[in-house]
Amino acid sequence: MKKRKIGLALSLVLAAGTILGACGKSDDNKGNDTAKNGDKKAAFSVAMVTDVGGVDDKSFNQSAWEGLQKFGQDNGMKKGVGGYTYLQSKSDSDYSTNLNTLARQKFDLVFGIGFMMQGAVDEIAKQQKDKHFAIVDSEVKEPNVASILFKEQEASFLVGVAAAMTTKSNKIGFIGGVESEVIERFESGFRAGVQAANPKATVDVQYAGAFDKAELGQSIASKMYSSGVDVIFAAAGATGNGMFKEANDRKAKNPNATVWTIGVDRDQSDMGKDVVLTSAVKRVDVAVQDIATKAKEGNFPGGKVTLYGLAEDGVAAAPINSSVANKADIEKAIKDWTDKIKSGAVKVPGTLKELKTFKAK
Amino acid sequence: MSKRLQGIITPIIAVLLGIIVGTIIMLVSGYNPISAYNALWNGAFGEVYYFGEVVRQVTPYILAGLAVAFAFRVGLFNIGVEGQFIVGWLAAVWVGTSFDLPKIIHLPLAIIAATVAGALWAYIPGLLKARLRVHEVIVTIMLNYTALHVSNYLIKNVLTNHKDRTGMIKESASLRSDWLQSITDYSRLHWGIIIAVICCFIMWFLLERTTKGFELRAVGFNQDAAQYAGMNVNRTIILSMVISGAFAGLAGAMDGLGTFGYVTVKSGFTGVGFDGIAIALLGGNTALGVFFSAILFGALKVGALNMPLEAGVPNELVDIIIALIVFFVASSYIIRVVLNRFGKKDVK
Repeated sequence: MKKRKIGLALSLVLAAGTILGACGKSDDNKGNDTAKNGDKKAAFSVAMVTDVGGVDDKSFNQSAWEGLQKFGQDNGMKKGVGGYTYLQSKSDSDYSTNLNTLARQKFDLVFGIGFMMQGAVDEIAKQQKDKHFAIVDSEVKEPNVASILFKEQEASFLVGVAAAMTTKSNKIGFIGGVESEVIERFESGFRAGVQAANPKATVDVQYAGAFDKAELGQSIASKMYSSGVDVIFAAAGATGNGMFKEANDRKAKNPNATVWTIGVDRDQSDMGKDVVLTSAVKRVDVAVQDIATKAKEGNFPGGKVTLYGLAEDGVAAAPINSSVANKADIEKAIKDWTDKIKSGAVKVPGTLKELKTFKAK
Repeated sequence: MSKRLQGIITPIIAVLLGIIVGTIIMLVSGYNPISAYNALWNGAFGEVYYFGEVVRQVTPYILAGLAVAFAFRVGLFNIGVEGQFIVGWLAAVWVGTSFDLPKIIHLPLAIIAATVAGALWAYIPGLLKARLRVHEVIVTIMLNYTALHVSNYLIKNVLTNHKDRTGMIKESASLRSDWLQSITDYSRLHWGIIIAVICCFIMWFLLERTTKGFELRAVGFNQDAAQYAGMNVNRTIILSMVISGAFAGLAGAMDGLGTFGYVTVKSGFTGVGFDGIAIALLGGNTALGVFFSAILFGALKVGALNMPLEAGVPNELVDIIIALIVFFVASSYIIRVVLNRFGKKDVK
């Protein structure tokens, strides 16, 4: 019995030793780190925090990181502290810690990607007044925060026009993720576009209630296609992947079936080359590069909302699928409407309220 | 080997095994494990800010761990801590935003509201188990989803006008303190940690030092024997679920009144309730054990965020290492068997 206790005590001491040893080392390293940071202070550095979607969400987090990488490479920066980097959040409580970590590592500009980070950015911006932050898809009214918003309705309008000109049944579907201001912009723009190009067409609007439920997206898409809908636009993040699957399945069973899908956020033509008509592209990468460049040049738009629409190349309709019969007509119509929107002749509704009074000229 | 000693040494071995296997995986995939663990340490205790964040994370972890552990001791698997956590959070913020009262009334009222909400949410599976023998695992899992979506609906339609998050709670209902924030360099550390520690004590006292606690444990050991001894098993089951849910709801209040100060529409679970299961397991379902394992999990969770930045270890690998530790904790049974073997040999 005694022997065993001695053995136990020994192993405990050993364990404590290793832990304490680690402490010692970490302190040394910290000294070095701060020294390094001091040297690099002159160079511009930028970082971003993803929301829970992660950096490879095939949607706006990924797009933002692509923009940041491009900005870094264009300016000869290195990935890591003192250059450009990202941190991923695994839960809502990580936003604040991640933003703070990056601000502490002396990054000149820290992006919060997604409206879910609004609360965290707001709070930290108040505490760290000498640091610069930017937030995508939301507005934070602090002098050291640049807010990035998109006119999603303009891209949606264009894909709505494409949908209205492609449909044979005059039945079009819309799948939304979670009911929110951003998705409302998608919905109203899309419905306005359909209405403008083909007043006879009707839009069946359904909300999945989630951005990450592909199986829900698939069952909604299945019901829509079965009810005669032949074009569906999903503004629902990863939920929309279910729609692509359903359309691909139907196309595989019957190659003559007319099932079209419209992607969102980035050009999603890789989700099915026979079924993706076009995509409502939201260039988060362009916005991120733009704000980073402005900050680097000393023109950081703090306290302001920067709107990215068609005119700023912030949103767009992706190229039309080449197997559509009237591709040339659709492209011409999209170009016409693009010019009208850019010139301000047409104002695309951004809310359902505005949609009610919307009249296409 | 005495049972008590085994109870202490098993989780320590589990953690060490997790770290060792994590090291091997990092070596195989070409990352430097020393710098990775350094980054983990720095991210948890390297600066006073991170220390504050660890304590902030530990606060709901302790309570969630207590919630799971309490039900466990009575032989019930409360997988619904996540759901009770969410309703507690919602209730706390609801009270916190909608009244204007002096702090001495408002703050306790918000905390009590969260506790009651969590308790009521756990009362349902308790009642179903006691009266109809419906298995509590199934009911609690399903109630997690119900809690998530009901609270999302309430946030959107009742607390706000179709917004994604509520406003900030009133200052009089907040657990935050400028002083705590200033000594930890703007971390979100709040007074909740004191409540969590008190709850550890309450749990220990209730189970170990009261008649009711004896009954609760007796039902946990053997329901039939407890029944035979004249204890009301059904009432004990309901009571234990209610107390468990109260702890979980209180954990929600910690996030609602301390960490965030608001509640948002959630697209998925927070994970606190599920981490609570691992924390309770590692802590051997005792109050003191839960306290220490919550510190470990909190430090791992906060420290891990620093690993990609400082050591270049990808997030996925960090997840694997954390999961390994949980795995070895969960398989502590194996460790116990091995320990017993060695123990027996020694005796011979």
